[in-house]
Amino acid sequence: MQKLITWIDDRFPLIKVWEEHMAKYYAPRNFNIWYFFGSLALLVLVIQIVTGIFLTMHYKPDVNTAFASVEYIMRDVPWGWLMRYLHSTGASMFFIIVYLHMFRGMLYGSYREPRELVWLIGMLIFVALMAESFMGYLLPWGNMSYWGAQVIISLFGAIPVVGDALMEWVRGDFVVGDATLNRFFSFHVIMVPLILVGLVYLHIVALHKVGSNNPDGIEIKNNKRPDGIPVDGIPFHPYYTVKDIFGTVVFLFLFFLIVFYAPELGGWFLEKDNFTPANILQTPPEIVPLWYFTPYYSILRAVTWEWLPLGAKLWGVIAMGMSLGFFFLLPWLDRSPVKSIRYRGWMYKTALTLFVVSFIVMGYLGTKNPTHVDLLWFSNKTWSQIGLFVYFAFFILMPIYTTLDKTKPVPERVR
Amino acid sequence: MRKTISILLCLVSGIVHASSEVGGLDRVHIDLGDEVSLQRGARTFVNYCLSCHSAAYMRYNRLGRDLGMSDEVVEENLMFASDKIGDLMTVTMSVAHGKNWFGVAPPDLTLITRSRGPDWVYTYLRSFYADEGTDTGWNNKVVQNVAMPHVLYEWQGTQRAVMEGNEVVGFEIQKPGTMSVLEYDDAMRDLTNFLVYLGEPVKMYRGKIGLWVLLFLGILGYFTYMLKKEYWKDVH
Amino acid sequence: MADDRVDHKRRRFLTGVTSGIGFVGGVVAAIPFVASMSPSARARAAGAPVEADFSKLKPGQMMTVEWRGNPVWIVNRTPSMLADLAGLESKLADAKSDVEDQQPGYAQNSTRSIRPEILVLVGICTHLGCSPSEKFQVGPDSGIETDWKGGFYCPCHGSKFDLAGRVYKGVPAPTNLEVPPHSFLSDTLILIGVDPEQEGAA
Repeated sequence: MQKLITWIDDRFPLIKVWEEHMAKYYAPRNFNIWYFFGSLALLVLVIQIVTGIFLTMHYKPDVNTAFASVEYIMRDVPWGWLMRYLHSTGASMFFIIVYLHMFRGMLYGSYREPRELVWLIGMLIFVALMAESFMGYLLPWGNMSYWGAQVIISLFGAIPVVGDALMEWVRGDFVVGDATLNRFFSFHVIMVPLILVGLVYLHIVALHKVGSNNPDGIEIKNNKRPDGIPVDGIPFHPYYTVKDIFGTVVFLFLFFLIVFYAPELGGWFLEKDNFTPANILQTPPEIVPLWYFTPYYSILRAVTWEWLPLGAKLWGVIAMGMSLGFFFLLPWLDRSPVKSIRYRGWMYKTALTLFVVSFIVMGYLGTKNPTHVDLLWFSNKTWSQIGLFVYFAFFILMPIYTTLDKTKPVPERVR
Repeated sequence: MRKTISILLCLVSGIVHASSEVGGLDRVHIDLGDEVSLQRGARTFVNYCLSCHSAAYMRYNRLGRDLGMSDEVVEENLMFASDKIGDLMTVTMSVAHGKNWFGVAPPDLTLITRSRGPDWVYTYLRSFYADEGTDTGWNNKVVQNVAMPHVLYEWQGTQRAVMEGNEVVGFEIQKPGTMSVLEYDDAMRDLTNFLVYLGEPVKMYRGKIGLWVLLFLGILGYFTYMLKKEYWKDVH
Repeated sequence: MADDRVDHKRRRFLTGVTSGIGFVGGVVAAIPFVASMSPSARARAAGAPVEADFSKLKPGQMMTVEWRGNPVWIVNRTPSMLADLAGLESKLADAKSDVEDQQPGYAQNSTRSIRPEILVLVGICTHLGCSPSEKFQVGPDSGIETDWKGGFYCPCHGSKFDLAGRVYKGVPAPTNLEVPPHSFLSDTLILIGVDPEQEGAA
């Protein structure tokens, strides 16, 4: 075995890579539960790719046979049902994990200098993930697949001058049809996965260059032993490999609980309307995107003021875009002298809490009819608009309240 | 750690109880372990529904295997003469004919309980009432002016709607059928039970497989935790 | 991290046991994926036995049906065709059908059939899979050889088979043409894919 390793190492930087990224990559010793989600995201990416490969062996990307091919997988292909449920549950779990992963960044200032690039690449991964799941959702060619795609592609039509031509170019036809399905299949199966894998590689390389942040926001590289190893650092292998393996098992327990006992999760993971084939003559009573898109959907629908120049529809699209765009600016909006929420003042804590509440509430409202009253007093639309303001205020006012906020002194050593 | 476990437990119980809303529909008790009920439902489906509605994603031999019937029993009792045991449960009425005769082609029923829910199907099957105002002479509380006639009127009998303004609030049996109200409800429960199975045959046994998977993960989890704790002695 | 306090034995034990359990889990997890690649219920239904009605097949004639995506020939052999079979033994590579894979036990005889006159063959050359042509015309007019007794000729690489599907010596094809499992449902009906007096498809 040792001889084999030496043979490879003479021809490939095996040991160097192993040491740089595992055995001698010194990570902070105080990682908590929020630090599991990065490795879990990588795990789910692998699960999606592997199950995706097997699903692609049987799925047919043609409007006449797509829906039937999914049922073929569910019934006629040995264990096909398992591949399908792993993939559909994996998709939703991916977003749960990624949202929690991003939230960790907001809690501990992981986007701050010198990790701005790690954050930016991560945001690109998030955008790619949204594209990937949007296109994947069209593939079963259920009624919600079709109408959801119809609605989202029509957003491009809001862009002045080029909107209609753009819509036609994306669809490959005058309506969402066979051409659209086939190209979304190509994007979903090969183009975006390649982009995702590439971005994830860059994300990890960028992280390892500067080293991981930690719940105290302290730069462990500022405090090194004579031999160059950070006093608060521990080698990733074996300490975090062994911890992440345990985290993986806990995650898999939850994951398989859903896969085997409640794959539809009451309609949240697999929507009821998608068990009917796409019907171009009949829209479902409520067009609802998958749960992970609902906050953005809320933002889109909340912009209805017709006095806006160029129309409210365009501004809704812009608002939706900005709600993502602001995340990219986070490293520069945050002017606090400290990184971690543990040492921040009440202003930031309040702002972050309000942000999370608005995100969740808007997510809920994104599944509801805007004119109804499902919460207290106001229509859903009004609450969405309030949510939109809170959401945007979190970012826009951040330079102000992070400067004004009274912070606590940050210790030398991690806790 | 304790906080984590309690959060996870909440999630777990939430998952186990995740269920769709009912809203004005009668609840039906689905039990895919009740083989006799499923077989009765299968027979009703084949005899009364399959002539107009296909179940085009289901194969006859799968039906037999899952519901405890041999190929011969299936061939004799559940199949039309021209079909082969490995065939899909398709129907002879073409979409064009269906549209012509009923205004809308009778939809495929394989996934009806997954898209509408078992309660909806159960209530629908029992909510037909006589209505001279429609083409077929029948109407349905769950689907207003439905194009489908009451295929099972011989069993249920003919019932009239009790109206309050424009709303149907109850039913009255005018002319009794061969089954009592309870017997008909039972038969419709069997049919709905069967349709739930039809929508997702693997539902019958994915839970059993899951149990083994979770048990395995429990054991693996114990050892991976022990391993983590052992190495992390160095850090604390 | 004082090395003398580290219990290496315990670490090796725990690592070993955990890896072992994990490995077993990995293997079991791989099973559904590998199994999903085997023929689906749809493929098995399509591969189901096929009935062939040969009531109109005159002596000396051949008909072709499809079974599992391959052509299957049914030949109604004349008495003279059957008589010629015995004299060919010296020219054949496997005259006694010793290679067992090429026919079921009940076709391992001089006529390679259940009923002497009815020959059932999978019409795929055992060399590289082309479908041979029928060459029932005997003698020099056959265009094959002067004393050709009738049989099959594969246009791809020139393999020759006799009227029992047996392969000639000196041709690329290594074995006799395959006789599929088959049985007689009646005097005029063959079921291809099912052995006689057996339940289920082959």
